[in-house]
Amino acid sequence: MVDYITVAIYTLMSVLVFVLILMTVAFLTLAERRVSAFMQDRLGPNRVGPWGLFQPVADGLKFIMKEDVTPLEANKVLYTVAPLLAIIPAMLTFAVVPFGHDLFLHGRVINLQIANFNVGILYIFAIASMGIFGIIIGGWASNNKYSLLGGLRSASQFISYEISMGLAVIGILMVYGSLKLNDIALYQGSLWFNAVPKWGVLVQPLGFIVFLVSVFAETNRVPFDLPEAESELVGGYHTEYSSMKFAFFFMGEYANMITASALIATLYFGGWQVPYLHNIGFIIPKLGIVHLQQWLVAIIEVLSFVVKVGFFLFFFLWVRWTLPRFRFDQLTALGWKVLIPLGILNIVITGALIMLRII
Amino acid sequence: MFTFEKKKKDTMVLNMGPSHNATHGTLRIVLELDGEKIVNSNLEIGYLHRGIEKMAEQRTYNGFIPLTDRMNYVSPIMNNISYALAVEKLLGIEVPKRGQYLRVIMNELTRIADHLVAVGTNVVDIGALTNYFYFFKERERIYDLIEKFVGARLTTSFTRVGGIARDVPDGFESDVKSLLKEIPKSIQDVDKLLTKNRIFMDRTIDVGSMTQEKALEYGFTGPVLRATGLAWDLRKTQPYSSYEDFQFDVPIGENGDTYDRYLVRMEEMRQSLRIIQQAIDNLPGGPVSVDDPHITLPPKEDVYNTMEGLIHHFMLIMYGIKAKPGYVYFGTEVANGELGFYIVSDGQQYPYRLKVRPPCFAIFQAFPEMIQGHLISDAVAILGSLNIVAGELDR
Repeated sequence: MVDYITVAIYTLMSVLVFVLILMTVAFLTLAERRVSAFMQDRLGPNRVGPWGLFQPVADGLKFIMKEDVTPLEANKVLYTVAPLLAIIPAMLTFAVVPFGHDLFLHGRVINLQIANFNVGILYIFAIASMGIFGIIIGGWASNNKYSLLGGLRSASQFISYEISMGLAVIGILMVYGSLKLNDIALYQGSLWFNAVPKWGVLVQPLGFIVFLVSVFAETNRVPFDLPEAESELVGGYHTEYSSMKFAFFFMGEYANMITASALIATLYFGGWQVPYLHNIGFIIPKLGIVHLQQWLVAIIEVLSFVVKVGFFLFFFLWVRWTLPRFRFDQLTALGWKVLIPLGILNIVITGALIMLRII
Repeated sequence: MFTFEKKKKDTMVLNMGPSHNATHGTLRIVLELDGEKIVNSNLEIGYLHRGIEKMAEQRTYNGFIPLTDRMNYVSPIMNNISYALAVEKLLGIEVPKRGQYLRVIMNELTRIADHLVAVGTNVVDIGALTNYFYFFKERERIYDLIEKFVGARLTTSFTRVGGIARDVPDGFESDVKSLLKEIPKSIQDVDKLLTKNRIFMDRTIDVGSMTQEKALEYGFTGPVLRATGLAWDLRKTQPYSSYEDFQFDVPIGENGDTYDRYLVRMEEMRQSLRIIQQAIDNLPGGPVSVDDPHITLPPKEDVYNTMEGLIHHFMLIMYGIKAKPGYVYFGTEVANGELGFYIVSDGQQYPYRLKVRPPCFAIFQAFPEMIQGHLISDAVAILGSLNIVAGELDR
């Protein structure tokens, strides 16, 4: 029997998350400009609305009003499809990210997660790899040499780093023994030596570094922004794009950043977990219990998730405005010669530690 | 006539410029690419050719000074000084000490501004954008000072034949001293962010290397030559404008690669600060221009208040300075290398012929050789490190 109320709740939640991601993307573009300005002794956009808060609206309006140019010799179908391919997977990936503990309402269990798949991580890999097609196809369909080079760079970059990212996640799977992201987040609440929460970053420090670097490469952010490398390839894969088509690529990049930050937080920083916080309140070993209402716990957990994601979003910006860019061959060399061996080493170490029952 | 022929089969020809993010001006580079590897390349220059040398033949010696602003627009004051020194050599005069010292101060300030731009834009091309703003903040301070002194920021026309346009305003010394305190901080910031940065080192070390012999054959000068290890600096080897009075080192590199050029420029800025410090501490009094009515304009009070002053002014403006027949070459060390002016005089108030020896021209011709076998990203990094200024290259 279909439980219509549950369906309604999940539908509402997915719409809410969708809108929230779009809002975050919009304000992230503003944050990028304000943060970069802060780092560079400038002010950044502060004219539209209070503190420039309506700047994204103005930007969006501008994008819509711009002329939508399609190059004469471009492959029109692929040229139009590519921006959609860039943004849709970025949004879809977020479906399996949990942002809070299960809620128990009137005998009904509500996951604070849009889809609690049993193949969560595999789903992420499957969908995220599709995002790259947008960039490759966009680069190829534009009929521009710079775009083509950008697309090619993107393809090889993605192949190199997809593997190391997968290897890093295998370590996580070995420790927590589940593909469900909610389970992974849940297990990170358990205590290690009865004192420290079993967060991924503590259990898998090497895997975390490999994952972090790979995620930067996957999102095409500095120091791995070679596909668009402004000073070399003009605009890279989106050189020929204008108007909303360009905006979709742009939004795709930021949506990817949000998903990537959510993944880092979920896999390595306990997701929505707050150390020592359980369903009934804070339980601190040897010290005692602080009882809290369920709704309060849920709010703290969602907030904790938001703060963690926010921090990693800031981290993305921080790195972007600090580091120079890799060169193409150095990038692939780093992927194949450093990160993949490190990822394998991490698996071996993790296996040994599990055998010794340390983690 | 520009031609380009492919050397290999199955390669792609990529046209970079004349308008491209990395060319910082109007340079055209045609690359033949195998994947991203450059197998062959050719250059086309002249997109910013304005016939400055020809225009000089219809202008008085002082009338040409505004055109020198428009050569290397990153450091116009250095062009002004270089040209004025060449004409002064032709006339056989020497500027009073105060004028020379003020020229040195402005020269070195501009050298710093030029290096700030050169290094800043170079690292932007490598992908580190923030350093650019740290540098441009200081460049802004320098330009503010220049504006206070000269009245213009870019089109300075700072010198006159036989001296400088006017003496410094009040508070100039304290302004320069506060600048001397501020600039090292920014240099330090960028130094911390980049010099030992692994990515930056990987991107620049052994990229666009040049041996010393090759560099000399091509006629390199300036930081690009010094990066190969030769301490050739006209301020030391052929001192002019009182440079012999100051203590400073000539920084050199080892491999002549992009990284060494970056290091040389960073150190040169510190040495320039040393020179400015000494010059401002020992700034002599007295006039700033030679005391010769055939060369120097009368003071403005005389022009506006006396008939003789007005006639004097008009004579110099209308008929200009007359040089004896002869020819002269004078080269100075500007930010990019040796900027030389070759002037032939036939005894009239206009030069019979004027030829500029820009440092960029010699350096840019080696660019195809430098990028051979590198990747596109390297080509961009190398181009930035050479600091090619199209205005000076094409004139």
